[in-house]
Amino acid sequence: MKDKIAEKVLLVVALSAILSLVLITFFIFQQGIPLIFKAGLANFLSIKWAPTSGSFGILSMVIGSLLVTIGALAVGIPFGLAGAIFLAEFSSSTIQKTLKPIIELLAGIPSVVFGFIGIVILVPFIRNTFGGPGFSVLAASIILGIMILPTIVSISYDALLAVPTSYREGSYALGATKWQTVVMVLIPAARSGIVAGIILGMGRDIGEKMAVIMIAGNALKIPGSIFDSVRTLTSTIALELGYAAGDHRAALFACGSILFLIIIMLNIVATRITGRK
Amino acid sequence: MIIAGSTSVQPFIEKVAEHFMEKYPGIRINVQGGGSTAGIQATLNGTCDVGASSRNLKPSERGLKVILISLDGIAVIVHPENAIAELTVEQIRDIFAGRMTDWEELGGFKKEIIPVTREEGSGTRASFEEMIMGEEAISDACLVQDSNGAVREIIATTPQGIGYISVGLVDEREKAIAINGVKPTIDNLLTDRYHFSRPFLLLVREEPSGEAKKFIDYTLSPEGQEILAGSGLIPVNRVTAD
Repeated sequence: MKDKIAEKVLLVVALSAILSLVLITFFIFQQGIPLIFKAGLANFLSIKWAPTSGSFGILSMVIGSLLVTIGALAVGIPFGLAGAIFLAEFSSSTIQKTLKPIIELLAGIPSVVFGFIGIVILVPFIRNTFGGPGFSVLAASIILGIMILPTIVSISYDALLAVPTSYREGSYALGATKWQTVVMVLIPAARSGIVAGIILGMGRDIGEKMAVIMIAGNALKIPGSIFDSVRTLTSTIALELGYAAGDHRAALFACGSILFLIIIMLNIVATRITGRK
Repeated sequence: MIIAGSTSVQPFIEKVAEHFMEKYPGIRINVQGGGSTAGIQATLNGTCDVGASSRNLKPSERGLKVILISLDGIAVIVHPENAIAELTVEQIRDIFAGRMTDWEELGGFKKEIIPVTREEGSGTRASFEEMIMGEEAISDACLVQDSNGAVREIIATTPQGIGYISVGLVDEREKAIAINGVKPTIDNLLTDRYHFSRPFLLLVREEPSGEAKKFIDYTLSPEGQEILAGSGLIPVNRVTAD
């Protein structure tokens, strides 16, 4: 009897979680999609964003989001993967036990702190070294790259550890060095886990707003180099929602709808690759 | 009691109303946005008790009692290291339109100009566009921040930067420049020598009475003015009837 009650309660809880997801999805699309039709697809996909005077082009922000994400992965993947390989294959268990929690602690640092470090250290450094405003694609990429490290490191580490010991032994038996074993046997075997970690990190990049608003500069112009300022979809929503009314507000929800689709696509890809059903 | 109108005035009035309701627990104040024009219309036709406007009334809107509660001056700020202390409206317009890109062209150091603007929809941006830009659009190349504080932070840390914020929020980490030769001091603002400000007004249909009078009196009292000043506005204690 008690089991039955517990089961029903859990069912209701699970359903309410799903229901709120459905409602959120419905709300975002219901608020945003009509504007795309009202403004016209050509307007919506143009590069001119001036929502208070009737231009709703999101192209430069989509490009901005992609640039920052690619940049963050360019920083996060090499360091994250290297960290995971070191932890899983080249370090003693004492080092593992010390380092892994510290890296995971990185995930708990609020993004505003990362943004602040970016403003105080990274932005002036880039401005003084390379010129330009300092608030740039490069600054945002480096900070976001660091922010996704814990995700990439922990998931890749788990994936590497999950590779059966027999693979390593087989490789050594064939005369391979430790490094050859890692590159030619372990990484291919752990590939799906590593890719999943990368895609989850990508999801965090695209959705991150606080740190990006603080250090990307948010200029609407499509950046000509990595030292130029950049505006992402997420920052536009966060920057402008405060005072937005009417079509402007609807346009921000339309941005949200596009963002939603991008994240859903990433999650589907991640699920496919890891083979989870 | 309903107060409706300008979204720029709204946050300040909300703050004053909060303190007011603490003092007079019997009175409930509902502060709504909608914009200055909507606030003026709502006061004229009696939909709200008190209107709020961040611009002066047009001749077609006459017939309301206008109470000036504060001034919101807009200062153009640069980094203290910048030698430029004065610009004309045209020069500022050229900078924000993206035509002027190096401080050297203005007689300053040889560095790229980094203009910082506010986000679309911001009241401060709308005032800046109206007072400085005229018909011209702010360039897409400008950096964008979503608050006075964020703009100030960038200017304070960027020697090449130029931005605009409420006069009351300028501190020693950045330098407010003179526009057309007039510095944005409180004196210049009150005597209207510095034109780059907008009035924050409360509007009523007739001589205020009851709750409306209580609220207006409270806003103009030293206590109310202190709240406004604390939020970065320039307090005034003058009542003008129109």
